[in-house]
Amino acid sequence: MLSEKEKKLIAEILERLTPVAEDIGSDALLRMFVTFPGSKTYFSHLDISPRSAHLLSHGKKIVLAIAEGAKDISQLTVTLAPLQTLHAYQLRIDPGNFKLFSHCMLVTLACHMGDDFTPVAHAAIDKYLSAFAAVLAEKYR
Amino acid sequence: MVEWTDFERDTIQDIFSKMDYEAVGPAALSRCLVVYPWTQRYFGNFGNLYNAAAIIDNPMVAKHGITILHGLDRAVKNMDNIKETYAELSVLHSEKLHVDPDNFRLLADCLTIVVAARWGKAFTGDVQAAFQKFLTVVVFSLGRQYH
Repeated sequence: MLSEKEKKLIAEILERLTPVAEDIGSDALLRMFVTFPGSKTYFSHLDISPRSAHLLSHGKKIVLAIAEGAKDISQLTVTLAPLQTLHAYQLRIDPGNFKLFSHCMLVTLACHMGDDFTPVAHAAIDKYLSAFAAVLAEKYR
Repeated sequence: MVEWTDFERDTIQDIFSKMDYEAVGPAALSRCLVVYPWTQRYFGNFGNLYNAAAIIDNPMVAKHGITILHGLDRAVKNMDNIKETYAELSVLHSEKLHVDPDNFRLLADCLTIVVAARWGKAFTGDVQAAFQKFLTVVVFSLGRQYH
């Protein structure tokens, strides 16, 4: 459950990240691949070495989608409809991996924001990412 | 038996030798209580946990956070025998404290994030992986004696 205050905080933080979406996204992905090697299996067709073009563009895509959703969290199901279809029928990434990526996003944010990543901000973003992941997996079955 | 690479051993020793226990301990525990409020169930006698500010300022939370963090020292000194090292603590958490072992993972995640915030860019994917592997073994060992 997200309060109005939290939704505002989330939108603010993610808006600030939009200009560096590439760095944040690729960093989070890389952390996930190193810490949870099973997640690499979904990227065998791409070059996911550090700072590779694929990694940067993929990271950017993901963070921009997360930022877009944050602009109106109550409309998440509408905003994510195309991505829901993509993940359910084409990508079919096991949703357990969404949790792993979310965790790595949080670690990346901590590294990036230092003390500004307060416990309250952490809680809000964690809740948002959980909701995001849940909506993303809705069409799976 | 857990196998550790030289990099992993060095990384764990490095992280803990640089650890500011008085800051990180309280930060990790209070963060856990804020981000995962249901964990407050184990701290009914800790006084005011009413909101994030109260939790972060709570002296009992701070003190306990330091205790928990120092509790990891034994694992850092006995990396080849963490399971045995925590057998007694595991029994304590199960039989006396009745803590759901899932909570150990939540606290470990919060500790990772606090350390990451302090290290910034130096907390690379490799460092994170080593630290999380260490914490996974600790978490497993603490849950091992539950039955």
